[in-house]
Amino acid sequence: MASPEFKNPVVKWIDHRLPVFSFMHHELHEYPTPKNLSYLWNLGSLAGLALVTMIVTGIILAMHYTPHVDHAFASVERIMRDVNHGWLIRYIHMNGASFFFIVVYIHIFRGLYYGSYKAPREILWMLGVVILLLMMATAFMGYVLPWGQMSFWGATVITNLFSAIPLVGDGIVTWLWGGFSVDNPTLSRFFALHYLMPFLIVGVVILHIIALHRFGSNNPLGIDVSGKQDTIPFHPYYTSKDLFGAMVFLTIFASAIFFYPNYLGHPDNYIPANPLQTPAHIVPEWYFLPFYAILRAIPDKLGGVLFMFGAIAVLFVLPWLDRSPVRSGRFRPLFKVFFWLLLADCVLLGYLGGKPAEGIYVTLSRLATAYYFIHFLVILPLLSVVEKTRPLPQSISMPISGGGMGAAVAAKRGKADA
Amino acid sequence: MSETVENQGRRDFIVVATNTMLAVGAVAVAYPLINQMNPAADTLALSTIEVDVSAIEEGQAITVKWRGRPVFIRHRTAEEIKIAEAVSLDDLRDPQDDASRAENPKYLVIQGICTHLGCVPLGQKIGEVKGDFNGWFCPCHGSHYDTSGRIRKGPAPTNLEVPPYAFLSDSVIKIG
Repeated sequence: MASPEFKNPVVKWIDHRLPVFSFMHHELHEYPTPKNLSYLWNLGSLAGLALVTMIVTGIILAMHYTPHVDHAFASVERIMRDVNHGWLIRYIHMNGASFFFIVVYIHIFRGLYYGSYKAPREILWMLGVVILLLMMATAFMGYVLPWGQMSFWGATVITNLFSAIPLVGDGIVTWLWGGFSVDNPTLSRFFALHYLMPFLIVGVVILHIIALHRFGSNNPLGIDVSGKQDTIPFHPYYTSKDLFGAMVFLTIFASAIFFYPNYLGHPDNYIPANPLQTPAHIVPEWYFLPFYAILRAIPDKLGGVLFMFGAIAVLFVLPWLDRSPVRSGRFRPLFKVFFWLLLADCVLLGYLGGKPAEGIYVTLSRLATAYYFIHFLVILPLLSVVEKTRPLPQSISMPISGGGMGAAVAAKRGKADA
Repeated sequence: MSETVENQGRRDFIVVATNTMLAVGAVAVAYPLINQMNPAADTLALSTIEVDVSAIEEGQAITVKWRGRPVFIRHRTAEEIKIAEAVSLDDLRDPQDDASRAENPKYLVIQGICTHLGCVPLGQKIGEVKGDFNGWFCPCHGSHYDTSGRIRKGPAPTNLEVPPYAFLSDSVIKIG
């Protein structure tokens, strides 16, 4: 496509030498986007907003935080009480993690329902899974930094997961700790890595967007764009829609920050870390609960760890498990049912992950874990073969202006005129 | 490019030799960068402690800190010792007889770290849950240990570890 004509002579001069303005015009202005995207397609830009919010507040917090076992807890309390607006910045950062995960989980389930992982978007999807893994590592290490009881014991339990690896497991755990328990060397390296990883996420997000812009967004119908009549330019249509979504998101986010800042946290983390006493009931942050439930459901240490990581690994190969050529769940009557069952199963796993590992909860966790894997490894491959999908519309424009509603309205109007 | 076959062989040698040296160099650079994360010299230096066990009454237990982690020392009652010794090895997930775990059966010295995922089991203080086998119970994921610290029920794969220790006299032990 031809470069746009910039009126401003300075912009023109720069763009001729460094075509950033052409690039931005290309990818954020004229970028042709399917015209039928729903609000579920807002979540990508919201995730970007959440990432920037986390990086900005995180850098500020790092200016006041002390990564040392003797000072970490007190320095966080100092941020909360003495640093100007420290409480606000920390609450944004703390709740921002939760909201980042809320946004990303909706984004993922959107992709699952509309088959956004299917050809030719497999790499786009896999990069998304990489981002999820990086987010989990970042969130986990960030949670350790305040050095409260949950920080300490969460770090102990999660790093101990690696001890399940045969032969080298214990060596790896000692290496991760830099000692014989979670201690000062662990805290300082987690701080360094917690600072680094968001920038790795930014890097993968850029790759994610490059892969996205190769074929453009999927859409609620899941069919390919057939021509210019199916798309609208990104600006002003989707910039304004994304902006509206961002306002709604920020309203909810602000409500949590100002009115329920500790709702998603654990009171135990306001007790300084004590290596000699484990809290009676330790649970990870809510966004890890489904995975935690899977870990505990398996009565074997190595098995539990393998299944937990397997729950994410299975997402990597999803494009090759679901072979149905139809992307959107709208035209897949059976898939649609199983999609909602999977969502319910994940919510159930989340609930069970927060309950003590005893009695009925263990049995339910096992069933829910089994179903999670059955969905991906048995149901989806089977559906690709047996499901009779509904006929697809000819193009994105067809159901809107061709047959369908538009035509019916036109016919009605014709009648009234007559 | 007009190399003869002999020339090609020499070139291959140069390529292989260069790549090999690059790989050796990469490992040499990577090793210190990775190894720096292992325990530092001062961390390793703090690895023995001495404990006077004579003050522990029969039936009582104390927790001491060794290498940043708790070590349980329990002065076991005659009954607890009897129960621990009476267990058949066939009933154990990680078979070990009591005699090989406690040098002096009166004092059981074990690492207070659940072998599942590293929580501190309950059962040291009076009134704490001791689990189904009257030893220790890990609240994190529900592992039960007996009066010899052996795993009896729950997800933990092995018995509570016995740290290296020695009796310096009748009442003082050195751990580490």
